[in-house]
Amino acid sequence: MRVNVTVNGEQRQADEVWEGESLLFLLRERLGLPGSKNACEQGECGSCTVYLDDVPVCSCLVAAGQAQGREVRTVEGLAQGDRLDPVQEAFVEAGAVQCGFCTPGLVVAAHDLIRRVPDPGDPEIREALAGNLCRCTGYEKIMDAVRLAARRARS
Amino acid sequence: MDFLRPDTFAEALALKAGQPEAVPIAGGTDVMVELNFDHRRPAALLDLTRIAELREWSVADGVVRIGAGVPYVRVIEELGDRLPGLAMASRTVGSPQIRNRGTVGGNLGAASPAGDTHPVLLAGDAAVEVASTRGTRLIPATEFYLGVKRNALRPDELIAAVHVPETRAPQQFSKVGTRNAMVIAVCSFAVALHPGERRVGAAVGSAAPTPRRATDAEEFLTGELVATNQWESPKPLKDAVKRRFGELVAKAASPIDDVRGSAAYRKHALSVLACRTLGWAWQDYTGKVA
Ligand SMILES: Cc1cc2nc3c(=O)[nH]c(=O)nc-3n(C[C@H](O)[C@H](O)[C@H](O)COP(=O)(O)OP(=O)(O)OC[C@H]3O[C@@H](n4cnc5c(N)ncnc54)[C@H](O)[C@@H]3O)c2cc1C
Ligand code: FES
Ligand code: FES
Repeated sequence: MRVNVTVNGEQRQADEVWEGESLLFLLRERLGLPGSKNACEQGECGSCTVYLDDVPVCSCLVAAGQAQGREVRTVEGLAQGDRLDPVQEAFVEAGAVQCGFCTPGLVVAAHDLIRRVPDPGDPEIREALAGNLCRCTGYEKIMDAVRLAARRARS
Repeated sequence: MDFLRPDTFAEALALKAGQPEAVPIAGGTDVMVELNFDHRRPAALLDLTRIAELREWSVADGVVRIGAGVPYVRVIEELGDRLPGLAMASRTVGSPQIRNRGTVGGNLGAASPAGDTHPVLLAGDAAVEVASTRGTRLIPATEFYLGVKRNALRPDELIAAVHVPETRAPQQFSKVGTRNAMVIAVCSFAVALHPGERRVGAAVGSAAPTPRRATDAEEFLTGELVATNQWESPKPLKDAVKRRFGELVAKAASPIDDVRGSAAYRKHALSVLACRTLGWAWQDYTGKVA
C-alpha cells in the first residue's frame, strides 16, 4: 500500500509498504531516517520513540498505515539546521551518551517532558523516562542532562 | 494483507461484518508486538484510530461511558476524579509511551488475565458496550472474560465503549511486579467501596485464567460492615477482619506457577494486597464521613 505522511515538516510518500509493518520500519528502511533505533520491537526499550501528532509513542508499535495523513517528528527533526536542540546539547555536555543506542529515544522523551513541565523534579524526570532503557550510562548522566536542559530552557 | 481504514464507527462495523477475520488495531501496543514477532499474520488489520467517536467520553445518569479508543493518558488526566480506581490502574500501565497510545478498549480486546483495568472494572460494576451491524449489547464485566485471552465478543462485533459508574467513594488498585514501570502484574487486586448500597466490590487479576470477582470476600466484608453499623459510624477496621478479607481474596484465585511467580507466592501476595488496599480505602472513607 501507499503511505503519505508528514515527517519533520516534509511531506513524504512510500510505496509498497507492507500492511503489517511498523512506523519504525517505514522511517528507517523506506524513508532513510535511521535516527530512531530498533532494539526490541516490543515497546520495552523506548529507543524508537517519536512524536506522532505531537505525542511521544513507540514507533515500533504503530502500524505504518496508522501514520497515513499524520505528522511524525523524529530525533532528526529536533535540531534547527546545524544548531542542536538544547536537549541534544545537554546530552553531549553532560556525557549522557555512551554507545548512543538509547539516545534518540531518550532525547525525544526528555524533549517532551521539558516542554510540558518547565521545572521537573527528579521523580518527574524518572517517571517521564521510565519507558526508555539505557544499558551503558547507569542513568545518572542522563538525569544530569535533563536537569541541565530544563534549567537552560527556563532561562 | 488488507489494511482497512474506516472513518466512522458505522463504517468499521460494516467492514467487520464483511470480514470478521479482520483484526482491530487501536493503540497497537498488543497487536504490533504480535505482528513484529510473527506470532500473528491476520488477513486484514482494521485501524480504529481514525474514528473520532471512539475517542470520546461522556457522563449520563451517573455512569461514565468511555469510548474504546480513549488512551490511558486521558483516563488519568480527565477522569481521575470520577473514576479513581480506573485512573489508578491506568497510571500503572507500561510507560508514558504505552499510556499515550494504549486504550481501555484494547485491554478489553486482548482480555489478558494480567490486564490492569480488569480488576477495577469488575470491582466497580462496569459493563462493556459491544456493537455489530446487528445492534448493540451491554455485557456486564462479570460476564465478559471467558478464558485466557478470550472475551465475549462475537466475530462481527467491536467494542464501542465501557460503562463505569462514577463515584467519589474510595477505590484502590494495587499490583505486584519487579519494578515500578513496565510491569506485567504478577498479581493484582482492586477494591471499591459502594457506600450507597452498603456493599464492597473486590476482584483479582493475573491469578486465574480470567480476571475475576472475589465474591466470598465481598460478601464477608459487606456482612461484617453492615452488622457492626460501620457505614454510618466508621471505625478503624479490626486486624482480624482485614486478615480474613485477605484470606478470602486469596481463596478466590486459582493461580499457576510461571516465570513471573509461583502460585503460592501469588496467593500470599494477593492476601497482602487485599489487606493493605482495604486498609487504605477504609481510612479514606473514615476521613470522608468524619
Ligand atoms: C511495553 C508494554 C508494556 C505494557 N504494560 C502493560 C501494563 O502494565 N498493564 C496492562 O494491562 N497492559 C500492558 N500492556 C499491554 C497493552 O498496552 C494493553 O493491553 C493496552 O490496553 C492495549 O491497548 P491498545 O489500544 O494498544 O490495543 P491494541 O494492541 O490495538 O489491541 C489489543 C487487542 O484488542 C483488540 N481491540 C482493540 N480495540 C478493539 C475494539 N474497539 N473492539 C474490539 N477489539 C479491539 C485488538 O484486535 C487486539 O486483539 C503493555 C504492552 C507493552 C508493549
Ligand atoms: S524498539 Fe520500540 S520500544 Fe524498543
Ligand atoms: S548509551 Fe548505550 S544504551 Fe544508553
